[in-house]
Amino acid sequence: MEDRSSWDWEVGTKPIANLNDWKGKFRWVEEPSAGPDGEKIAAIVNLDEGEFQVCVNGEPWETVFEKIWHLRFSPDGRLTALVSEMGEWTMAIDGDPWEGRFGYLWEPLFSADGKNIAISVQQDMAYCMALNGQLWEQTFVNMTNTAISPDGTHTAAVVQTKKFGEAEIQKFQEGCFSVAVDGKPWDQTFVNVWNMAFNPEGDKVAAEVRVSLYDYTISVNGKPWNQTFPCVWEPIFNPASGGAVAPVRVQGKWTLAEDGQLIWRGRYVQLWQQSYSPDGQRLAAVVAPKYGRWTAAVDDQPWSMTFQDMVTDLQFSPDSKRLAALGKNGPAWKVSVDGSVWPDTFDMVWKPVFSPDSTHLAAKVERNRKYTICVDGKIWARECEAVWDPVFSPAGDKLMIRAVEDGQYNRYVIPVTEITG
Amino acid sequence: MSEPAKTDSPQAPDIGLSSGIARLTPEKIEKVINDVIKGETGARLHTYVETCIHCGLCSEACHYYLSHDNDPHFAPVGKVKQTIWEMLRKKGKVSPEFMQQAALVAHTQCNLCKRCAQYCPFGIDIAYLMTVVRRVIHKLGCTPQYIQDTAHSHSVMLNQMWVKGDEWPDTLQWQEEEAQAEIPTLRIPLEKEGADIMYSVIAPEPKFQAQLIYQAAVIMDVAGVDWTMPATTGWDNSDMAMFTGDYELMGRLKRSHFETAARLRVKRVVMGECGHAFRSVYDMGNRWLGWQMPPIPIVHAIDFFYELLKEGKIKIAKKFDSPVTLHDPCNVVRGAGLEEKARYVAQQLCEEVVEMTPNREHNYCCCAGGGVINCGPPYKMTRIQGNRIKAEQLFAAKTRGARTLITPCHNCHSGLHDIVHHYGVGLDIKFFGDILYDVMEKPE
Repeated sequence: MEDRSSWDWEVGTKPIANLNDWKGKFRWVEEPSAGPDGEKIAAIVNLDEGEFQVCVNGEPWETVFEKIWHLRFSPDGRLTALVSEMGEWTMAIDGDPWEGRFGYLWEPLFSADGKNIAISVQQDMAYCMALNGQLWEQTFVNMTNTAISPDGTHTAAVVQTKKFGEAEIQKFQEGCFSVAVDGKPWDQTFVNVWNMAFNPEGDKVAAEVRVSLYDYTISVNGKPWNQTFPCVWEPIFNPASGGAVAPVRVQGKWTLAEDGQLIWRGRYVQLWQQSYSPDGQRLAAVVAPKYGRWTAAVDDQPWSMTFQDMVTDLQFSPDSKRLAALGKNGPAWKVSVDGSVWPDTFDMVWKPVFSPDSTHLAAKVERNRKYTICVDGKIWARECEAVWDPVFSPAGDKLMIRAVEDGQYNRYVIPVTEITG
Repeated sequence: MSEPAKTDSPQAPDIGLSSGIARLTPEKIEKVINDVIKGETGARLHTYVETCIHCGLCSEACHYYLSHDNDPHFAPVGKVKQTIWEMLRKKGKVSPEFMQQAALVAHTQCNLCKRCAQYCPFGIDIAYLMTVVRRVIHKLGCTPQYIQDTAHSHSVMLNQMWVKGDEWPDTLQWQEEEAQAEIPTLRIPLEKEGADIMYSVIAPEPKFQAQLIYQAAVIMDVAGVDWTMPATTGWDNSDMAMFTGDYELMGRLKRSHFETAARLRVKRVVMGECGHAFRSVYDMGNRWLGWQMPPIPIVHAIDFFYELLKEGKIKIAKKFDSPVTLHDPCNVVRGAGLEEKARYVAQQLCEEVVEMTPNREHNYCCCAGGGVINCGPPYKMTRIQGNRIKAEQLFAAKTRGARTLITPCHNCHSGLHDIVHHYGVGLDIKFFGDILYDVMEKPE
């Protein structure tokens, strides 16, 4: 992520580009994407049959490609896209394609700082990952579930290391899948492997594994826990202990386990999306305390208020003291903080964002097909065709809002009090 | 119901069943049965078992029974007698040979179609009883080979047909390009966060029937729908794990599907013309996960086409002029009450709709659903011979003028294809989407 202090935080409105003008220049303009600092807006544009470009602030990239998809800004502000020429694929960054050409590329992953980019690669029907364009040395007949370490120097994927024929179910059940880290597979194989997590240092990988059709556990660097469970969900690492923490099913209910030992007393109808606070001292998860009711639990204490349909997007504040979540009742989405809900409901809400000082919470919201920003339960006066997630200034007193109104993309910097009053 | 259990060996070897049975011991069988009964069932199972008065009124409901000249072995209550009753009566002390027969009954002689529940004076859901049997069979490792292989595909790829990570988006882009030859500005928007609708399909579509994705894209484009398809896993709404009794895997599949929709911030999920997938996302899978209803609303294609036609978002250029008859799929008619909407869609699209009899919630099953067709080639004739009554029903509709059979469900489509060809019924089989695509107004 770029240093936000270097961004322009002067209060005001900065017109960047008019998307309506683009629509007159190109055959079609796809969904625009705004850069993290708000200074750029980009979209894939079509010129003619099999002719695509990326347009950034009204200026197209030089190269015309046969096809472009998955246009995304990396966290460091570089603009990436998957591009095709002569039937082969590569990644273009700020218009410059990687040297390598591949059969197909998909699901790019970015390191936290955006400097490293990993991607899934198919070449001649063999599969591997590439990190910054460099392929793993070893390829595999099948590959699923990829991951990148937080600093982006390591990659991992679930890979098939043993062959089995069509409908060869017994061979399959002997275990033909493993995890390859930086292209090197674990020695152990499993019936299934899913959903890996790197530890912060990048030297451990935990994964859900199924050791038979009925026994699930977590494997860390290939070594399974001593305990198995009827089902598990994705692990994360405990930043304090270094242990792997995962939801496990016990006698038909869910709870949390660390390195195979149950760590929460609560037994829930469902439990997933666990996450640690930034200081590593608090552990939260989405839980269903009873059938058809959903909430968040912090350190095994569920909020008293519950939602009917779902709870998602848990977000701790930087000081680790507050927890936000999104909840849904029928078509109405709500934002909840520490078990209290904002007064308004919305047709959709995006993942909320805390200010660096943890005092404010903001979120992109949608109502009646218009988008705006809501801060601490107060709604910004502007209703827009599009907005992106709000960004707080380093001091937390200003908000950068990226918004499109009547085709005009503007970068707003406003005092938070303009919304909160 | 005093007939002895009848053995019915598969017409070809099934290593899933035979090797699984060979590994069984009486002790293991007893333990698994009792673990499932005590740990995973409760009042529902016991109420059904205690309530049944063995009247046999369910018999006339079953297409297998009717197609086998009223052989009581094929009566729903006969299937219960050959499976779960005996397991309960003997407290799990049954033989491997018994389990082999139970597996054949539960997996290949019952489509879980729930027609019989309507004929039971007490509303006993015999399909539920068969799913308990299948759960036991799964836990014993005796699931038929081909449907087990499908479950393995689900477990690795989170889709039904081993469609790999690159093949899915590549296929969508291929179909987008194909469709652009017809509508140059058409798009299949991938990963469009905030779209109104996520469109999900079952894996046979990208694998064998990519034209259905093409057709759906044209329909979406012409109707001006704000839609997207995920480029990640979670795109496949199908679920054979539900039918093998691997509920942990079923939950994984449905979690992926709904979390993908939530990640894309869509308001609704519209699904293609598939019945079993609807059962999985609307009833079984979501509820296993703790969702009382789908957390993101699910709209079956019948309902979606109804909406597009009713609201005038799709206009018909010229109605389909071959007389059609409409097959009501179990999972979206008995399971969701879409029968009148299906008729509205049929009437809007077609010049003449000839009702087959019986129809609506009383319609006969296709004999492919419930995972039976997924048990594969060894049981093809079991399906076909077990649904002679369907051929007779279709012949009757043909006699009254029908020339095309609409089946808004993938399993029904495949199963009825076999019925129509084996019995020489001579009906052309189509999805609603095939006809809608043909008759709708499209840009010049």
